Amino acid sequence: MKYIDEYRDRETVLALAEEIKRQSTKPIKLMEVCGGHTMSIQKFGLPYLLPETVELISGPGCPVCVTSRSYIDQAIAYSRLDDVIITTYGDLIRVPGSSSSLEQERANGANIQIVYSILDALKLAKANRDKKVVFLGIGFETTAPSSAAGIIQAQMAGINNFSVYSAHKVMPPAMATLIDEGVEIDGYIGPGHVSTITGSGIYMDIPKKFGLGVVISGFEPVDLMQSVLMLVKQIENDDQKVEIQYTRVVKPEGNVKAQETLDEVFEYGDDWWRGLGVLENSGLKIRAQYDKYNTEKILDVTVEPTKEPKGCLCGEILRGVKKPKDCKLFGNVCTPSNPIGACMVSSEGSCAAYYMYNR
Amino acid sequence: MCLSIPARIEEIDGDTANCSVGTATYNASLHLISHEELKVGDYVLIHTGFAIQKLDEEEAIETLKTFEEFKSLNESLDQEEKETNQRIV
Repeated sequence: MKYIDEYRDRETVLALAEEIKRQSTKPIKLMEVCGGHTMSIQKFGLPYLLPETVELISGPGCPVCVTSRSYIDQAIAYSRLDDVIITTYGDLIRVPGSSSSLEQERANGANIQIVYSILDALKLAKANRDKKVVFLGIGFETTAPSSAAGIIQAQMAGINNFSVYSAHKVMPPAMATLIDEGVEIDGYIGPGHVSTITGSGIYMDIPKKFGLGVVISGFEPVDLMQSVLMLVKQIENDDQKVEIQYTRVVKPEGNVKAQETLDEVFEYGDDWWRGLGVLENSGLKIRAQYDKYNTEKILDVTVEPTKEPKGCLCGEILRGVKKPKDCKLFGNVCTPSNPIGACMVSSEGSCAAYYMYNR
Repeated sequence: MCLSIPARIEEIDGDTANCSVGTATYNASLHLISHEELKVGDYVLIHTGFAIQKLDEEEAIETLKTFEEFKSLNESLDQEEKETNQRIV
């Protein structure tokens, strides 16, 4: 398939691996922020092609993984209300809450439907005017504009039985916090599809304030190997900056239309991240003028106290200070079919990716 | 979550487009790229039912050219190493 096959070419990957070996002298740790990158890196076995000097560690870029248990608990509370249909991306359905999961609630009779797009949730609302359709909005800058577009389209079409429960987040505060907290990394493999929306400007502080390079990468093995090479070169030449490897998609200015749409509906607010705690201006909250599409403003629920699972290292793993194999639960108590923590649920969570490809 | 696939526009109908990935087809909203000039045959990235970017063919060709240069550099270095029986770098 065009734009995919050529970036999976074995010879090119091996040539890039050779070049990385030639250029790399200093031992370095590079963090891939995005869960999609984690999955690709493990799936294609890229760590085995890199020299001993280059270590890749996974970061906090799996939205399902960083979402709080209290969010799941609150979504479950909404699902127990009369006349409510919960619509969600498939990723969230199996994430354990404090005492249940959306999947379990669905088995108990709650009306919970998996959708591929917020537009499917809108259609459902249109077809079920006597129900209240709640869409669970999770995801970073890549996904949030579609939630914003969904709300705008609901308003235009006069669909009033539709709302979004937002846990949307933005990436840069998490990337800055990790360095601030002293997590030892030498450069970032920047998230390709977040940057498609935002452009490369949002990372400018990272070389300036922290002296670390960011290379915005595509998702195929050739993309990732080239990004590693670009970071290795930056570090060897002590020339840390923001570069785009994924030029066929990412523009320095990003997708301006998507940014405007996002900005029309959402504003920044503080938000809680698993492993990182509350980060200032890291969450996207629905603006007051769209209150009637904001689930939190229109539906009242009592939410059970949050209980975190004992022994789960998901938080440390998301910070890049522990690897899945360091967790005692990994692979025995906690598996993809019986996940204890969020990092094992989402297919792009570090634990799930390691379990699948690198056990 | 941020996964997105390059899809070919097969038909544009107002603010949506029928797009194909291999033999599968998707209907995608063009809401978030309504500022772009789009035509049948263009490739777009689709994420959660929305096209979020048009792919830049020129940039893609440039990147692929760089890869070709890499491969040939690698081959020539391998050849030189073989001939001189020395590791060059």
